[in-house]
Amino acid sequence: MFKLDAKIPEGPIQEKWDRYRFQLKLVNPANKRKYSVIVIGTGLAGASASASLAELGYNVQTFCISDSPRRAHSIAAQGGINAAKNYPNDGDSVWRLFYDTVKGGDYRSREANVYRLAQVSNNIIDQCVAQGVPFARDYGGTLANRSFGGAQVSRTFYARGQTGQQLLLGAYQAMMRQVGMGKVQLFTRREMLNLVVIDGRARGVVIRNLVTGELEHYVADAVILASGGYSTVYYLSTNAMNSNCSGIWRAHKKGAGLANPCFTQIHPTCIPMSSDHQSKLTLMSESLRNDGRVWVPKRAGDNRPPAEIPEEERDYYLERIYPSFGNLVPRDVASRNAKLQCDAGKGVGATKRAVYLDFASAIARDGADSIRKKYGNLFEMYERITDEDPYKAPMRIYPAVHYTMGGLWVDYNLMSTIPGLFVLGEANFSDHGANRLGASALMQGLGDGYFVIPYTIGNYLAELPLATVANGRPESKHPAFMAANKEVQEEINRIISVKGKRSVSDLHRELGKIMWEKVGMARNEKGLKEALTEIPRLREEFRRNSKVPGRADDLNPEMEKALRMNDYLDLGELMARDALGRLESCGGHFREESQTAESEAKRDDEKHCNVAVWEHKGEGALPERHVEELKFENVQLSQRSYK
Amino acid sequence: MSSKNMTIHLKIWRQKCCSEKGRMENYTLTTVSPDMSFLEMLDLLNQELIVKGEEPVVFDHDCREGICGACSLMINGEPHGPEMLTTSCQLHMRKFKDGDTIVVEPFRAKAFPVIRDLACDRSAFDKIIASGGFISVNTGSGAEANATLVKQESAELAMDAAACIGCGACVAACSNASAMLFVAAKVSHLGLLPQGDPEASKRVYNMVKRMDELGFGNCSNEGECEAACPKGIKISNIARMNRKFLLSSLTSAPEEGGGKQEWN
Repeated sequence: MFKLDAKIPEGPIQEKWDRYRFQLKLVNPANKRKYSVIVIGTGLAGASASASLAELGYNVQTFCISDSPRRAHSIAAQGGINAAKNYPNDGDSVWRLFYDTVKGGDYRSREANVYRLAQVSNNIIDQCVAQGVPFARDYGGTLANRSFGGAQVSRTFYARGQTGQQLLLGAYQAMMRQVGMGKVQLFTRREMLNLVVIDGRARGVVIRNLVTGELEHYVADAVILASGGYSTVYYLSTNAMNSNCSGIWRAHKKGAGLANPCFTQIHPTCIPMSSDHQSKLTLMSESLRNDGRVWVPKRAGDNRPPAEIPEEERDYYLERIYPSFGNLVPRDVASRNAKLQCDAGKGVGATKRAVYLDFASAIARDGADSIRKKYGNLFEMYERITDEDPYKAPMRIYPAVHYTMGGLWVDYNLMSTIPGLFVLGEANFSDHGANRLGASALMQGLGDGYFVIPYTIGNYLAELPLATVANGRPESKHPAFMAANKEVQEEINRIISVKGKRSVSDLHRELGKIMWEKVGMARNEKGLKEALTEIPRLREEFRRNSKVPGRADDLNPEMEKALRMNDYLDLGELMARDALGRLESCGGHFREESQTAESEAKRDDEKHCNVAVWEHKGEGALPERHVEELKFENVQLSQRSYK
Repeated sequence: MSSKNMTIHLKIWRQKCCSEKGRMENYTLTTVSPDMSFLEMLDLLNQELIVKGEEPVVFDHDCREGICGACSLMINGEPHGPEMLTTSCQLHMRKFKDGDTIVVEPFRAKAFPVIRDLACDRSAFDKIIASGGFISVNTGSGAEANATLVKQESAELAMDAAACIGCGACVAACSNASAMLFVAAKVSHLGLLPQGDPEASKRVYNMVKRMDELGFGNCSNEGECEAACPKGIKISNIARMNRKFLLSSLTSAPEEGGGKQEWN
């Protein structure tokens, strides 16, 4: 049973981080080389942490599942990164970025963490520019900004529609510089399958070498998990095919609390699914909503092509319902409204599960060239996938699972409930509450890696007696490593011996359908309870009837999928349980039982102004729900309104 | 969107590992939808193989939206197939005809040894980056972002080069298996920006040297790399790199950089 202490520093919110940094213990520069740190994942958070810690002098061992660390899924983020620079002179400030993020998260994030994030946001931009990130610039040579959902100021920095790629390459290059200098040891095509805890502290990992199938042991003084989110529980999502939840789930099984797993973000502007063969969904940047207008026909069942529907028979429903934010309402609001329109029979396209995103007004106003300059690559991507030209006909879009706000619980130091296990980026839960604003994921990943963990991990390491670190480091044959290895080996043996009839992908797709229908955009007690009986049934089917060809001790992509599938089933079940326990609607978590007369999400701050933190109690046992109460001392709780 | 299923014949390179000989295998699929991506078509094949108890075809893939650079297929002899400016994952089956025979092989180069079937080891690219493909600025030492102005034109040119996804199509397309376009893209991206200027000479020298050590060939001047690049990286970057490299070798003897470190 763990104790939840968020370790939020005393003092006014503006001073907390400064004061705390002064209080944190430092590791003498000459001693830093005596410590080693394991980093799992090479996305924005993992790569930036690896580079920054190596620069400080720590020995870093970094692992990624891909053939190259540059492939991490941060690479696919399109729109931009927020910062409170206030370059456009439009009223932005650290306070406003903090406020917008807390409000956008529907008051379910931790104030102190969010304020710190807003504070370091400007340092991130400085750092990235210094690294050579080719951000968009104005004619005078200064940095350009654009606006994004959930904000009324322009604070988003961008590199065409490839901001994530450019930021990741910056962090990757900084990390590769340290690889060249020998301070980061890089291990590619490796997947973490177990966490090793010795004397109550995270001391290493068991890793599967994806090329040879061998299990390998790595020892360190601290472990950083930056393995990303868990949207692939839904099978179809905008995440990469290899993105998975195994890192966090396996740490959870070893004692790391998992916070708010039901908080998932459904992104409003994705290319709709076309048929059952589909392997993933593709997102179109939210920045499109700056110039695109969302509409459906006013009449349900109107099957005319969009060009034949006259202006007065179109419903620009976001502009109508939310006149002050219009098409730029936050993601959860935009997604839910698309669902409501389609549920009312006004959906468009062959499947009727889509709405239009129309650029005709913007093209008439600014010219096609101007639109091409802003969104050219997105328009091309849309055309490549759908075979339709968005310059001529409106895009069809529909929401898709995109990001998970939930994740491993961390304190202000980004340390989980297991001492020595730190969690960064999407893998943790702390900053986005129940809904993440656009262009904030990149900010958080880099903020955690560049500007938070280098301070807080030093404090942890400085408190470890040096003797246990330099001399007494456990060997990789330590009984705890051998036991962790055995657990994984037994699981692998079980999987290979089933020899059933169904492929893992087939079973995963079935899980995805349960999750999307019952733990998706709108949730209710009945559906959640059904999910809680259907998922265990599917787990039985997986254990009895899955088929993994090939050998265990060999390169075997089907084995990789099967090992992840176990975790998807467990996490999916916990997500349903968490959603059932949260009787309010907030952000991306919409409980049909809790809505206003106008079908907006209705929070219950009396009962649910908190973080639900789940403790694993062993296989087959019910997990225990703990609660961290959230205190809002600087932002007044109010029903969000974007009208 | 069309929905009529197509029949596709496949000749796919199967190879157990780098040290064993490979061979072409024939497969036929009868339920290929024109809306499938090329990789979804391979998924379909693999599902059929798995259910039959055969080992699926191994290929690298991840984001499936053309940005991670993982996919690396030679399709009918062309890296990423016949569509210009398109990765294998974004190539759709509607670009093929019912009854077509498609030949699928891995990217082939001495510096990219085959791991299995269609997956090859491209870590040589990471090794080149580790030798100098960065700006040496530690976390925290970045100046106020607007303190150095960057011409919009330079930023745009740098972005054009920075769009490289590191897939290796340029190497696969080149008769000399040269990595010049890849290296030149990084040299241009960083060298075009004022932030990357101080170590521009050292960077180009170290990266080119490392590229040679890793077994990539010299530029063939045939321009196949540019034609194959799914991100439209221009061959003019190679000319820019050559100028910088010449200047760097004439004006100074750059110190040995890092980049020696190997990893597992």
